[in-house]
Amino acid sequence: MIVGQQKPFDEIWEMVEGFKKILVYGCNTCVAICHAGGGKEAEILASMLRMKAAQEGVDMQIDSQAIERHCEPEFFEPLMEKVRTYDLVLSTACGVGVNFLSDRIGNIPVYPGINTTFFGAVPEAGFFVELCGGCGNCVLHLTGGICPVVRCSKSLMNGPCGGTDKGKCEVSSETDCAWFLIVERMKQLGQLEKLFEVQPPRDWSTGTHGGPRRVSLEHIQAYEAEEEKKTATEGK
Amino acid sequence: MKSGSNLERVIASGKPAVTAELGPPMSADPHEVIKKAGILKGFCDAANITDCQTAVVRISSIAAAYIAHQQGLEPVMQMTCRDRNRIAMQADLLGAAALGLKNCLCIAGDHQKFSAAGKLKGHPGAKNVYDVDTCQLVGIMKKMRDEGLQQGGDKLEVAPKFFIGASWTPMGDPMDFRPYNLKKKVDAGADFIQTQGIYDMEIFKSQMEKARNLGLHERTAILAGIIVPKSAMMLKYMDSSVAGVTVPKPLIDRMLKAKEAAGDDKKKMKELQEQEGIKITVELIQQALEIPGIKGVHIQAIEWETAMEPIVKAAGLYPRPTFDA
Repeated sequence: MIVGQQKPFDEIWEMVEGFKKILVYGCNTCVAICHAGGGKEAEILASMLRMKAAQEGVDMQIDSQAIERHCEPEFFEPLMEKVRTYDLVLSTACGVGVNFLSDRIGNIPVYPGINTTFFGAVPEAGFFVELCGGCGNCVLHLTGGICPVVRCSKSLMNGPCGGTDKGKCEVSSETDCAWFLIVERMKQLGQLEKLFEVQPPRDWSTGTHGGPRRVSLEHIQAYEAEEEKKTATEGK
Repeated sequence: MKSGSNLERVIASGKPAVTAELGPPMSADPHEVIKKAGILKGFCDAANITDCQTAVVRISSIAAAYIAHQQGLEPVMQMTCRDRNRIAMQADLLGAAALGLKNCLCIAGDHQKFSAAGKLKGHPGAKNVYDVDTCQLVGIMKKMRDEGLQQGGDKLEVAPKFFIGASWTPMGDPMDFRPYNLKKKVDAGADFIQTQGIYDMEIFKSQMEKARNLGLHERTAILAGIIVPKSAMMLKYMDSSVAGVTVPKPLIDRMLKAKEAAGDDKKKMKELQEQEGIKITVELIQQALEIPGIKGVHIQAIEWETAMEPIVKAAGLYPRPTFDA
């Protein structure tokens, strides 16, 4: 899932003050699970903003709304007309949602209410960890299922650096050394020798370094087009 | 000869090699590099010029290495993987070779968060690069030198001829993997290795035995790293806070004894501890050079370059070998 954190309230206020009619727009998928931007959080944020507006003596209308997902048009299309009646959408979806809505909404600004932080998991309630960097060139079969790209502070591909201390990373004693974990895991799997081979320089162009990425599934696109044609013919 | 550097020639001669360390200043003034080079010259075969060590901005390794080179001190320029992508790395290697530099040590580099262990502001918010890691950088340098090719495959009209080095932390976690870590660097093409500072010779000996069992001592020149201790406090700090370094208690006790012998006299406290530090260093050098497969020592007298002369002399490593040009 995508993990995010609500922006500091003062930063949000600085962004939105001056607008008259604001919609705090939540997303009930990933960012709801991490308690950053679901319907409940959008509602709380809206009421905090209303209180602040009252304190400051400014006249603002601040409403909240949430939909299931901000990353597919079918979820927000039914509400688009209502959304377009606002001066500003303060989205608490992840950055994907902010971009996606901004591309479609027309003449209204969409501002981010949260910082999108990482792809992660929830090992325990209220605790989230980054486990994948979305590099587009997965090597987890070589590293015991532990990602060196994002779990090693230096994205090293050939083993630990000299900064490992008692299994922890030089960046923080709270952070596990990914390579310490990888070595232990590979021992457990009886595959340590896989780590002895020198991994050559990587092609990072599959990651964010190759420009914006897309995935295009032609068979799905063709199927959808066919279905649409069928519906159109049946309708005649 | 791969590079024809003085360091390579000393190692090829079979005599124990001595490298030192020269940390460039946080200043645009070349005089500190010139001064340090003058102090080290004659007491080592080459000196490492650190590359923004402790993740703090200093005169670049290449520029400081060139200044040292002009002073007649052979430099080992260092290159971290932290600050450059493979394009900048290779461009700098071509430039360094064009300036006449012949040794290069590849290292991961302290993370940008380190900021001199929090003593300086540094740039903890900087973006790091790590396009390639140490093993990969070693491989790139070897490909440039031996095949005349850039990493991407384009040809080099004149290849940069470096004597390629890498670091090794034999006592870092996970310790049983460290000999293989070394093997990967050797497989990638490291001609010489400088280790992290060694105080615990017993553990180092057992790690060296594992390295020998992999035949690595015959494929690369391993120089044992010795960090010259200045005070009991420094030894305690190294033991507790520097990754991959453990200091046996008897060594700390020796330093404490030297400190106590000075009574309340602060100046004497410093003097006696420094004398003891030099003594300890000489003993460590002699012990390290007795380990089969060790081809020399990398002595780091950090911000205490004047210690090199008495150390090298007392260790019986003076004068340093010279060769006809």
